[in-house]
Amino acid sequence: MVDFKGLNMRKSKYFFWRVGEPMVWLSASALAVTLLCALTLLIVIMVNGLGVFWPSAIQQLELQDGSRIFGQQMQVEKSPDAEALRRQYKIANRDLNGLDFRWIDEAQIVSQTEPQELLVLERVEHGDFYGTLQQLKIGGQNVPVTPVSLQKELDRVTTALDELAELEERLNRASYRMEQLRLKLLKLDYQSVSLQAPKRQRLLEEKSRLEEEFNSLVNLQSRRVTEIRKGVALFTDAAGRKKEISLADILQVYSPNRMTVGEKIIFYGHKLVELLVGEPRESNTEGGLFPAIFGTVMLIFVMSLFSFPLGVIAAIYLREYAREGLVVRIVRIAVNNLAGIPSIVYGIFGLAFFVYGIGSSIDLLFFPERAPTPTFGTGGLLWASLTLALLTVPVVIVATEEALGAIPREMREGSYALGATKFQTLYKVLLPMASPGIMTGLILAMARAAGEVAPLMITGVVKLAPSLPIDGNFPFVHLERKFMHLGFHIYDIGFQSPNVEAAKPMVFVTTLLLVLIVLLMSSVAIRLRNKMKKRYTFGTF
Amino acid sequence: MTPIKINNPVIEVENLRFYYGEARALHGIDIAFPEKQVTALIGPSGCGKSTLLRCFNRMNDLIDSSRVEGRVLLNGENIYDKSTDIIELRRRVGMVFQKSNPFPKTVYENVVYGLRIAGENDKNFLDERVETSLKGAALWDEVKDRLQESALGMSGGQMQRLCIARAIAVNPKVILMDEPCSALDPKSTARVEELIGELCKDFTIIIVTHNMQQAARVSNNTAFLFEGDLIEYGLTKELFVKPHNKQTEDYITGRFG
Repeated sequence: MVDFKGLNMRKSKYFFWRVGEPMVWLSASALAVTLLCALTLLIVIMVNGLGVFWPSAIQQLELQDGSRIFGQQMQVEKSPDAEALRRQYKIANRDLNGLDFRWIDEAQIVSQTEPQELLVLERVEHGDFYGTLQQLKIGGQNVPVTPVSLQKELDRVTTALDELAELEERLNRASYRMEQLRLKLLKLDYQSVSLQAPKRQRLLEEKSRLEEEFNSLVNLQSRRVTEIRKGVALFTDAAGRKKEISLADILQVYSPNRMTVGEKIIFYGHKLVELLVGEPRESNTEGGLFPAIFGTVMLIFVMSLFSFPLGVIAAIYLREYAREGLVVRIVRIAVNNLAGIPSIVYGIFGLAFFVYGIGSSIDLLFFPERAPTPTFGTGGLLWASLTLALLTVPVVIVATEEALGAIPREMREGSYALGATKFQTLYKVLLPMASPGIMTGLILAMARAAGEVAPLMITGVVKLAPSLPIDGNFPFVHLERKFMHLGFHIYDIGFQSPNVEAAKPMVFVTTLLLVLIVLLMSSVAIRLRNKMKKRYTFGTF
Repeated sequence: MTPIKINNPVIEVENLRFYYGEARALHGIDIAFPEKQVTALIGPSGCGKSTLLRCFNRMNDLIDSSRVEGRVLLNGENIYDKSTDIIELRRRVGMVFQKSNPFPKTVYENVVYGLRIAGENDKNFLDERVETSLKGAALWDEVKDRLQESALGMSGGQMQRLCIARAIAVNPKVILMDEPCSALDPKSTARVEELIGELCKDFTIIIVTHNMQQAARVSNNTAFLFEGDLIEYGLTKELFVKPHNKQTEDYITGRFG
């Protein structure tokens, strides 16, 4: 019997440690640090990324040496040699100034104004232009200079450019058809079909017809281009230098100093839309990201198509059919270790096995006439997806195995006891019950795949893809094509661009977009998983 | 031991020995179960009563490195014969488990599960089976309006009766029950026991139970197992009143177990 007489009810001095209070604090702070890191990263990306398209005011600065500049203030910092502050201005006009940005000590600035008539031009080449409009000439004729007249002429040019784009689209289609014809003829050559064969004659006839059409389209195009290039505008920059710019080279004109907040918001919205649906310009540092977004999403999608079934089926065999033993244990360890291999190694494997191994064999078998030009024997969306599928399949396998293993034994027995076979039990009871867990695996796999860049760089990603992997030309889905990717885009414009400073905003925007896409895809998958969870698991009990 | 005389046995067990790896769990059991009666298997934990029960629908096949010797005859056919269709066997010998295990499907789909996997898809037939089975399991009145709702929202007792309905839907000859009430409250237990009394009009029932009062209440015959041997088998009312064997007496009077 315990003697209760001397029992002390007060907390002992070790109570604090025994309850584990410090451990609770430790684990809470670990979580807090993790959250803080993630949040800081997100905030940095958002602050830098969201502000890019805001049309801030352009200032006119008079400096001590008597010079004058137009610029948009980017940041302020302590100057390295003096105690004073210095500011970074975007001065644009790359073709005149040689650079886009300039640091100016605050002490040098004599006066600072925001002239209303200052214009910002977004140009096809050489980045933005800051200046004032002096003259407007259409085919040598002077046109009265007002902001409205400039906009009107620009609108006219835009309409003409749209028509030109349509023409170019037709040209593209014609050239695609000509390329297909060329390949067909090449095949006939390869098969040594006689020169007089009716098949060949038909193809040749079609070729000459296409060539005629193509040439007439090219003529039409060049005529249109000269027509459009007749309109020019004369601008002066801060230093008074004159610059003549063709209206066709101007994408957009706006005067930020005159815009109201509402107008700025609308402008911002337009820029966002352009970002999402537009094509990149100026070695990817300007314009839209549509091909990269499309490439990223399609890559993840095709990757899932391969890795999801492969992983689930492999896990089913491993968990349900394989006899537990040394081999299964080794396989399991191997699968887990696959997740630890550097992704560039997967890329090299993908290049060697998929591109040079399988791809080259396909070329040899099906497209021998095109040699030495590779069709499948070069990096492409299909091979990149397969490489990523290999990379993510361990995640799916582990998740599926866990999910299957977590199903109580009674469920299997209940099904067997009713006369179900193993296979019926599997697909009628076990897989539905495991589906939330399997979805979790897929979510993790997708997130992992979206963030990988290294293996893609050698299996098919390019800086600028001439066409999307899906288009209107038969067979519509072209998985052998090279593609663009947001992750690679970040690397490319951030570190490979000739003008890193000018590309910096785009790096943040692209990162933000990539994060958003991953977030969007994950949340869709998570919603789906929650739906399944509700359906297939016990609420109570 | 005085074996009871059985004229028309559904299941006959001859010298059944069962091994988990090297360990022998059943040391040569001989027993026969009469048709349309309730037989209870009692005994302390680890005596082999569940193992014996699971030999009757070959549920033990799922356990790796287990081994069976001897014969189990269902209507005169050895179910351990190589030519036995294990699927067909389990359709004839249904089972209700200790922990209720409805599938994550609707009430309706749970009941017709056994029929569907047998390839039955005729809507009218399935509807009719659902109604008779649920009525047979005394559950129809409670769930007839929520047949298309998930079975996982039911109470524990309802779930167990649903499992019984699911078992009788395929119209088996024998129903094995492995401690069907051990996870239920007294009220639900009473309902299941009442149900067993009804079911034995149509089915042969073999029930494993830890609860001797339950065995006394629901069964016609009782078999007492101890350490892998059948110690005593007889009519319930006799076995509980005047057991022949000392061990049986000690167990049912609560001296051990």
